[in-house]
Amino acid sequence: MRGLYSLFILLALICLALLGVSLLQWHYLFGVIIPYLAVALFIVGIIYRVVKWARSPVPFRIPTTAGQQKSLPWIKANNLESPSNIWGVLGRMLLEILFFRSLFRNTKADIRDGRIIYGGNKWLWLGGLAFHYTFLVIVIRHFRFFMEPVPRIIELIQNLDGLMQVGVPVIYMTDFIFLGAVGYLFLRRVVIPQVRYISLESDYFPLFLLLAIGTTGVMMRYFTGLRVDIIAVKEMVIGLINFNPAVVSGIGAMFYLHLFLVSLLLVYFPISKLMHMGGVFLSPTRNLANNSRVRRHINPWDYPVKGHSYEEWEDEFRELIKGAGMPLDKE
Amino acid sequence: MSEKYKPEQLAKVDYTPPKTGWMQTPTVFKKGSFNYSAIPKSVEYLGLPNPRKWQPSDDDWQLPDNWKEIILEGMKVRLERYRSLKLFMDICVRCGACADKCHYFIGSGDPKNMPVLRAELFRAVYRNNFTLAGKIMGSLVGARELTIDALKEWFYYFFQCTECRRCSLFCPYGIDTAEITMMARELLSLVGCDIDWIVTPAANCLRTGNHLGIQPHGFKDSVDFAVDDLHDITGIKVEASVNRKGAEVLFVVPSADYFGDPHYFGFLGYMALFHEIGLDYTFSAYASEGGNFGLFHSYETMKRLNQKIYAEAKHLGVKWIIGGECGHMWRVLHQYMDTLNGPADFLEVPVSPITGTRFDNAKSTKMVHIAEFTADLIRQNKIKLDKSRNDQWRVTFHDSCNPARGMGLLEEPRYVLNNVCNYFHEMPEGTIREQTFCCGSGAGLGTDENLEMRLRGGFPRGNAVRYVQDKHGVNMLCCICAIDKATLPAVCDFWAPGVSVGALHELVGNALVMKGEKPDRTDLRGEPFLSSKASETEAEVVKEGNHDV
Repeated sequence: MRGLYSLFILLALICLALLGVSLLQWHYLFGVIIPYLAVALFIVGIIYRVVKWARSPVPFRIPTTAGQQKSLPWIKANNLESPSNIWGVLGRMLLEILFFRSLFRNTKADIRDGRIIYGGNKWLWLGGLAFHYTFLVIVIRHFRFFMEPVPRIIELIQNLDGLMQVGVPVIYMTDFIFLGAVGYLFLRRVVIPQVRYISLESDYFPLFLLLAIGTTGVMMRYFTGLRVDIIAVKEMVIGLINFNPAVVSGIGAMFYLHLFLVSLLLVYFPISKLMHMGGVFLSPTRNLANNSRVRRHINPWDYPVKGHSYEEWEDEFRELIKGAGMPLDKE
Repeated sequence: MSEKYKPEQLAKVDYTPPKTGWMQTPTVFKKGSFNYSAIPKSVEYLGLPNPRKWQPSDDDWQLPDNWKEIILEGMKVRLERYRSLKLFMDICVRCGACADKCHYFIGSGDPKNMPVLRAELFRAVYRNNFTLAGKIMGSLVGARELTIDALKEWFYYFFQCTECRRCSLFCPYGIDTAEITMMARELLSLVGCDIDWIVTPAANCLRTGNHLGIQPHGFKDSVDFAVDDLHDITGIKVEASVNRKGAEVLFVVPSADYFGDPHYFGFLGYMALFHEIGLDYTFSAYASEGGNFGLFHSYETMKRLNQKIYAEAKHLGVKWIIGGECGHMWRVLHQYMDTLNGPADFLEVPVSPITGTRFDNAKSTKMVHIAEFTADLIRQNKIKLDKSRNDQWRVTFHDSCNPARGMGLLEEPRYVLNNVCNYFHEMPEGTIREQTFCCGSGAGLGTDENLEMRLRGGFPRGNAVRYVQDKHGVNMLCCICAIDKATLPAVCDFWAPGVSVGALHELVGNALVMKGEKPDRTDLRGEPFLSSKASETEAEVVKEGNHDV
């Protein structure tokens, strides 16, 4: 199975990190140098990739229209699915980015008794949405480690997330939905034959990485014995944020592993398919208005091509045109 | 022509992918599933590279020695020219949402017909040569060397894509396989791997003005013939001019309309309609083609063929242009023409001389779709229609891929249909409007040597037609695309026998009550109308269809 390579690579990296932190005590490397490097690569990488895309022009308007065009005034146009102006485009993009509109449309085709049956298929949509939103909430929640004092909004999100408290420590719903969603995304890759067939190592790797990040996070928080010193963690992270890095002693190895995996994700992000996060904003089938008959759009690299002019055509067929009694420019 | 195949046999589709990974599974050129190569004469006429006698089934494709460099250089150029291509190379997450959206995958079960995998054929080479990860880690990140076998695989599968863009509708990032297919075909053409069903019509179109290679006098004959036919049918002699300077409107149709069956009935319909409203229009023999096979070939070919329309509008001094029923033609006219060959500043913003409606949605291109034009006429009560004249038809409507997904033309034809026939039944949701299924033969794949693949690709459409045939007794599949009209008859005969294919304006022409028509006029196929009495009683029972939009 292709995914196994990814798993082995990740496990090797995890071993390396544990070895470095626990045995060799390379805390400065794993706690300061690698995270700084990772963030730098993340930022530079993303900018580089987006600029690289943006440098290629969009010569033609090619939106995939998914609804009625704006034509005659008495026909109701669908400005969200077939936008005719900037507001429609914005709405369409918001639906796409916040609610995964196109994926929501997903169906499943099955053949039964020689007939094709189409059923709704929202599992991928649900799994994807659950994963992305819980990931977002978890990232936001982490700001409590980066900021002092902790802004109200972050406390609010944190409290909402912990609403289903069943004991101490507070259980965050998102932690488990996140792991469940990533687990689902992994399982469907393994279970659905077609999806397994198209999956590459580079599809499994980020899933394993996210699972590992989530798992180390959960272990640190909920498992006695693995729990880390939160006060020390915060002290260290705030040091990093303020460019005043220092290794704070007494933080468990699990923290370093978690931090290392996050660094890995940051480095991996810009060189991988995870860049779909940036790319979705630039997609010419989605972010253009369907107004190509209303407004002229310029192709920046356009060049003339040799057609077949009317004169050439008339010259070639003169006698035939004349014979058929059609008008000629030159007799 | 489909005696070789049986529906029961083609409907048995196995979706289990092979045991071997796709890179390790060799592509076998299966007869009935690929198109023949372009003949040297047409390749030469268009000035394309490497004209020679060869077939895709040959071992040696007689490529130039440096074919690999040509392709990779071409890829580099196109990555710089098209953000779409560059982006779509990088952001696919292989979620598989597109997999069962492709008619070819549904109908064949071949995993390389999943849009994602079709695109991966291209992406693998891209990764290998244009990304750092691919250069370092190779196949681990899905990179693959461009070998002769990989190139042949490209040919096989990129000529098994009808560029219908149904997959792009469902993709969470809007990745459009048509874009990738278009680029791959451009690259294949750079080393002389073209198919005849695209290149010969393109060469014909460049030379004579239309795909079929009909010369000016032949075109004039066709129009005159249609005038005579219409006279026989209705008793009215319509005016139809060709290359007439000073007409108000240039009318451009796909050339199959004046030759093909059932296209021709739609052609008669247009002419009857324009006569009835007294439109001052002309055909052009020079621009006697709206369809554009360049869209399936290359940017340059598309631009070369498209040039004629504006050039002729200028030459004839018309005010604006109407375009007939054609799918890909409208993708080009709507999304490309103004950029390719505009600005059309010598024309005026289209205003219907009959209703006074200004078509602001065509303000810049100055080109109006006939369905928009006719819908407006009906709405403003400018024509007299007798719906019962179409009572022999129980109609369903096939949205053509390009007007639906590349234009958003969904309600106009439905409005027209609801006003020209009594029995209109939609196919099931998920198979119509923006989710419509391809006829299985678009983008230059409508050849007979490709019949098995066409029938497989037509399975989803045929199946939906069968559904309404069983449920509502549908016996006509109405459509607004020349390729549909050419290839859906075979699809219907195979998957839904008993259903005819017809044009929207055939039904308009049937229902149109013309001033001065003879009392015993027939429909455009020459058949007498069902007696009005019989249809009245039936109409009470089965009346359906929403008349308001």
